[in-house]
Amino acid sequence: MSQHFVPLPDLPPPGNSVGPVAWLRSNLFSGWLNTSLTVVAIYILATTLPPLINWLFISADWVGEGKEACDSGGACWVFVANRWDIFIYGFYPKDQTWRVDLIFAALFVLTAPLFFKQLPGKLYLGGFILFIYPLIAFLLMRGGVFGLEPVETAKWGGFTLTLLLAGVGCIAALPLGVLLALGRQATNMPVVKGMCVLFIEFWRGVPLITVLFMSSVMLPLFLPEGVNFDKLLRALIGITLFQSAYMAEVVRGGLQAIPKGQYEAADALGLGYWRKYGLIVLPQALKIVIPGIVNTFIALFKDTTLVIIVGLLELLGMVKASLGDPAWPDVSREGYVFAAFMFWIFCFAMSRYSQWLERKLHTGHKR
Amino acid sequence: MSDTSKDSEQPAKPSRLRDPAFRALIFQILATAAVVAFFIYIVRNTLHNMELRGISTGFDFLDRASGFAILQSLVPYSEASSYGRTFIVGLLNTILVSALGIFFATLIGFLVGVLRLSKNWLVNKLAMIYIELFRNIPLLLQILFWYFAIAFNLPSPRQSLSMGDAFFLNNRGMYLPAPQFGEGFWMTGLAIVAAIVGAILLVRWSRQRFEATGQTFPTLYVSLGLLIGLPLIVFLASGAPLHWELPELKGFNFKGGLTVIPELFALTLALSIYTAAFIAETVRSGIQAVSHGQTEAASALGLSHARTLRLVVIPQAMRVIIPPLTSQYLNLTKNSSLAVAIGYPDLVAVFSGTTLNQTGQAVEIIAITMAVYLSLSLGISLFMNWYNAKMALRER
Repeated sequence: MSQHFVPLPDLPPPGNSVGPVAWLRSNLFSGWLNTSLTVVAIYILATTLPPLINWLFISADWVGEGKEACDSGGACWVFVANRWDIFIYGFYPKDQTWRVDLIFAALFVLTAPLFFKQLPGKLYLGGFILFIYPLIAFLLMRGGVFGLEPVETAKWGGFTLTLLLAGVGCIAALPLGVLLALGRQATNMPVVKGMCVLFIEFWRGVPLITVLFMSSVMLPLFLPEGVNFDKLLRALIGITLFQSAYMAEVVRGGLQAIPKGQYEAADALGLGYWRKYGLIVLPQALKIVIPGIVNTFIALFKDTTLVIIVGLLELLGMVKASLGDPAWPDVSREGYVFAAFMFWIFCFAMSRYSQWLERKLHTGHKR
Repeated sequence: MSDTSKDSEQPAKPSRLRDPAFRALIFQILATAAVVAFFIYIVRNTLHNMELRGISTGFDFLDRASGFAILQSLVPYSEASSYGRTFIVGLLNTILVSALGIFFATLIGFLVGVLRLSKNWLVNKLAMIYIELFRNIPLLLQILFWYFAIAFNLPSPRQSLSMGDAFFLNNRGMYLPAPQFGEGFWMTGLAIVAAIVGAILLVRWSRQRFEATGQTFPTLYVSLGLLIGLPLIVFLASGAPLHWELPELKGFNFKGGLTVIPELFALTLALSIYTAAFIAETVRSGIQAVSHGQTEAASALGLSHARTLRLVVIPQAMRVIIPPLTSQYLNLTKNSSLAVAIGYPDLVAVFSGTTLNQTGQAVEIIAITMAVYLSLSLGISLFMNWYNAKMALRER
């Protein structure tokens, strides 16, 4: 006489605990504080968003020739379209801009495979991008070889210059930063350690503007008579020294994160200093700090705007210079919004990439 | 005989070049020599170049009359003042904008950081948009935007935006009521100091009593009452010796009150909005770093939500927040040098800019400017390290 217990089928959840109503209740109106916050937020959105969208898109002018085309009261994107070439290429000769395009395209084609997981020879490709590609790109930009028309650096500008400054600054600062970080860790060499600490703290303690001032005003004084660097190279030297100090701190974080056992194991194997660091410590440390390196790269990317102070016209500088054009009065908002958009897209993408990397490299337990 | 055989059995003494200590010594001597040689080379080149260009060295120029005007000065300054005076004016302006920036950035940053953790979906996303928008746009661009695109396009003084009849905003700047301290206001000042001292003593006493007997004391309310009540009573008793001077439209511009020049307005706005985005992220990660176990333990002990926050979450979160917060303050101070782009007369604009151009004393001026920023940085980080050590976890 066994009796099987047969449960009744589940009742559906009450109507107010599922669906959009429940979502609204628990996420937006779960208490008086939450409700008032929601109301304030909706008020802010309702007062700012419609005029903003209207200005940006709906009543904006997109096509035309001159300032006359902008008469509908919204943003005047005609200005940006009209100045596009200058914003991107600076004063680079019009018939030579294919060289810049080629450099960007090559960079894109070269870096794309790095994002795929299983690919043989990634290390060599990375090394090529870091060390050989910049040289080729530089020669292509400057010309004067292979029958290319030479283009002096004074004509480089716009977004090209932004990418160039950030890229060169980062690539040149990396080896210097690694050396400085190693020097700072060298406890058996107090003098070298002291010099590295001084160097790092000095460059981290002063603003980039004074560094750029210094490189443009003082560098010519430091050099022997007759030797002269051009403006771009002077700015690059300043940026590289500045960036290397930040890079050193990032790398130091990675070196400190490597367990002591790794150092001791390398010593036990009888590896010398350079092989210990080159084969055991640095490969692990650099892998940990990739997100940190990307973050300093983002900071550098934003800081390249400062070269406007020493008279180099990168994207922001070009925009600012174009705003002085009497043919285009009163377009400052459009110009700055466009520049902000360009920088934002790049920085946001890079910061998302670094967050993704951090998650990928983080293999510990997470709550 | 036996001596020699023993010697031959012992392993050969390794060469001194294999001794790490010896190598470290050699390497350090070489590095020092290289650095010293580099500096000697640079100094010689510099002296030679300066001689060629007819630039004199030394700090005598600091006593010469400057001959240029400065837009905003916290100390008396005129064109007859010395270059040394321009340095003071620039330095004070830098400190002013940094202090204002730090104050507002902390305020906005903590607010947005807490809102970023709100369970309210809409508020949470708005905070996220704020953070992602402003920290990914270069600061210089934001400064130029607020100055050239916004502050320049504000209405003229006659059509000022106003709040009450006290606050006005137009393309000449921002106008605020200025406090006018009357006779006998020093008594209120004294009362404020006394109230602060009293509150500190009260907190100390109540903590000692709590540790000795376990009895609690409503410290917060009593000290708040002390801080607000005592000065208020003294203020009223001494006949309220304070009135506000309101800005008034006279002719083409406002007279009276406090004037905030558009440069300062735009710079403070940009600095605080930009840095606040970073501080908000710091605050968010700091609060999230407090493990769930802590809040669960607190609620298991029966602490209310407010007490959990005050006694458990915030003290632990602050420990995580303070070091990155320090570096944000440092960044803000250094970033205030971007003032030069819009002509706010800060240290870099006045001293490394105009004064350098007029005197040509590049080495001295850049060295002084860098020394100032280095010591400001060092000062803030020393203070924050001290605070950090005070707040750090004391493990038994």
